[in-house]
Amino acid sequence: MATLVLAEHDNRALTPATRSAVAAAMSFGADVHVLVTGADCATAAGAAAGVPGVVKVLQAQASYLADQTAENVAATLLAAVRAGGYSHLVAPAAGLGRAVLPRVAAALDVEQVADVVAIEAPDTFVRPIYAGALLATVQSRDPVKVVTVRPIAFEPVPAAGGTAPIESVPAAADTGLSRVVTRESSRSDRPDLASARVVVAGGRALGSAENFKLLDALAARLGGAVGASRAAVDAGYVGNNLQIGQSGKIVSPDLYVAVGISGAVQHIAGMKDSKVIVAINRDPEAPIFQLADYGLVGDLFEVVPALLAALD
Amino acid sequence: MNVLVALKRVVDAEVSVRPTADGSAVDTANVRMAMNPFDEVALEEAVRWKEHALATEVVVVSCGPSACQDTLRTALAFGADRAVLVQADADLQPLAVAKLLKAVAEREGSGIIVCGKQAIDDDSGQTGQMLAALLGWSQAVAAAKVELGGDGALVTQEIDGGAEVLQLPLPFVLTVDLHLNHPRYPSLPNVLKAKKRPVEVLLPADLGVDVAPRLATVRIAEAPRRRGGGRVADVSELLSKLRDEARVIP
Ligand SMILES: Cc1cc2nc3c(=O)[nH]c(=O)nc-3n(C[C@H](O)[C@H](O)[C@H](O)COP(=O)(O)OP(=O)(O)OC[C@H]3O[C@@H](n4cnc5c(N)ncnc54)[C@H](O)[C@@H]3O)c2cc1C
Ligand SMILES: Nc1ncnc2c1ncn2[C@@H]1O[C@H](COP(=O)(O)O)[C@@H](O)[C@H]1O
Repeated sequence: MATLVLAEHDNRALTPATRSAVAAAMSFGADVHVLVTGADCATAAGAAAGVPGVVKVLQAQASYLADQTAENVAATLLAAVRAGGYSHLVAPAAGLGRAVLPRVAAALDVEQVADVVAIEAPDTFVRPIYAGALLATVQSRDPVKVVTVRPIAFEPVPAAGGTAPIESVPAAADTGLSRVVTRESSRSDRPDLASARVVVAGGRALGSAENFKLLDALAARLGGAVGASRAAVDAGYVGNNLQIGQSGKIVSPDLYVAVGISGAVQHIAGMKDSKVIVAINRDPEAPIFQLADYGLVGDLFEVVPALLAALD
Repeated sequence: MNVLVALKRVVDAEVSVRPTADGSAVDTANVRMAMNPFDEVALEEAVRWKEHALATEVVVVSCGPSACQDTLRTALAFGADRAVLVQADADLQPLAVAKLLKAVAEREGSGIIVCGKQAIDDDSGQTGQMLAALLGWSQAVAAAKVELGGDGALVTQEIDGGAEVLQLPLPFVLTVDLHLNHPRYPSLPNVLKAKKRPVEVLLPADLGVDVAPRLATVRIAEAPRRRGGGRVADVSELLSKLRDEARVIP
């Protein structure tokens, strides 16, 4: 039986996280199919067909799938799973998959396995619990395994090189449930936080939204994205979607610069897999130094401007 | 309208846990327990609806061992009207919890169910969505703002790289993010009064739900620790290390 991956896309391209999900799906050893849902998603389906390792692309189109609401995508995914007899269902552990996969799992009367970071066997998965302090290895006894995978844990397959056929599949009827009123994306010209090679993150110590511009400048200079601790988000210095940690984004850039962040377990949960970690903090005892490769004790309002000056 | 709030009793966020000696489970013996922080936010939101006459009754439910009564009494002190414990000593996994919550919601005639976005022990973030699917209701996950009115709600939900506003028709399930509100501290008199209030106790069998776990725990291990602790004296040493040793900047 084959594995079905739910694609995350913007109607044109697949997200890199989807290609990580394909990589995870390939480890089950069965054929990998990708479902692309939307109202005008032929280009995205074409992109999926080009992903090496994908054997077939299922494209479900309907006007009411334009906004990809969880209820409608779940209904169509469920129909595809029932029609195709899949043994595994995979999606990136990100917005769409987190909203949709549990619905499909419940409808199939199976337990979902969320945030998988390693696959030991087709029925055995490793996932972090307790803010990543522990790793649980779990074995599913359900007939269909429904899993979301952490993109940072699976190297994405390439975007091009494959030539899978695209098959149209029916969209399930409109559920008439939730409706998107507005959708705002706070995208900038900077790389996306989830896939940035460099992340400069600020904490409570930044003190204001204005002061975060210091980090913007540093991130821009390093070609990276800005992130934040929950304390900085709660204080309103930056938007919610920049939060890194247990209840925010999970990132693993080549370089993570933690500025004025103490290093609470809940924050560490989101960044400890970064390749190189730099910490700038004026408290030499701050826990963040215990995991930093390069710790610099000092006042951020002196260190960051000095860094900017030295980089110019 | 009856609002049901799902509360999980979890290990306190400040406590660090370890695996048991044989690595078969998480050692939670004698550790401080608390209401899941996301569920406090869920409860606060529901109690505010009641205070603004947008809800008629707030019922709290917890599934787990009898010690969950403490969590439920805290919720009564918060302002919940009634408390239900679905008592089970076995490992309850999200699908089983969702089935129990569905059965309780049907008994109560709930129009809205509020859950946390995730439980800080299993970090699954799936119970609310499973519940919505079992009921055939709409859902919003990680709600950061909720405007209740008329026959539904406008819910601001976080999405990757932004936010969206959803129109949810009643009935619906919400899962809430920590950013939604700042939960109150229950007053001492309310805490004392809550100690004497009844908690209804049901068993999964009363609700006709099979709670057998679907996932077997093979092993619980400590996550590998990162070895850090390196120091640099100043900005120029930092930059030369990043360039020449770590090679992460040009
Ligand atoms: C359920 C739950 C979920 C959570 N989820 C998350 C999450 O996803 N992400 C997250 O980040 N947190 C999360 N938290 C919060 C977490 O526990 C911490 O409270 C938070 O990470 C602290 O943020 P901070 O390090 O910015 O602030 P603080 O802990 O206040 O640290 C500020 C640091 O700045 C240093 N400092 C001050 N002034 C200067 C200066 N001028 N120069 C240099 N250094 C300075 C101080 O020495 C201190 O170390 C969660 C908490 C709970 C209970
Ligand atoms: N045993 C439980 N009893 C009551 N509510 C629960 C229980 N488990 C999970 N929930 C609810 O579901 C939410 C998400 O949990 P989870 O899917 O386990 O991360 C929690 O924040 C609670 O609102």
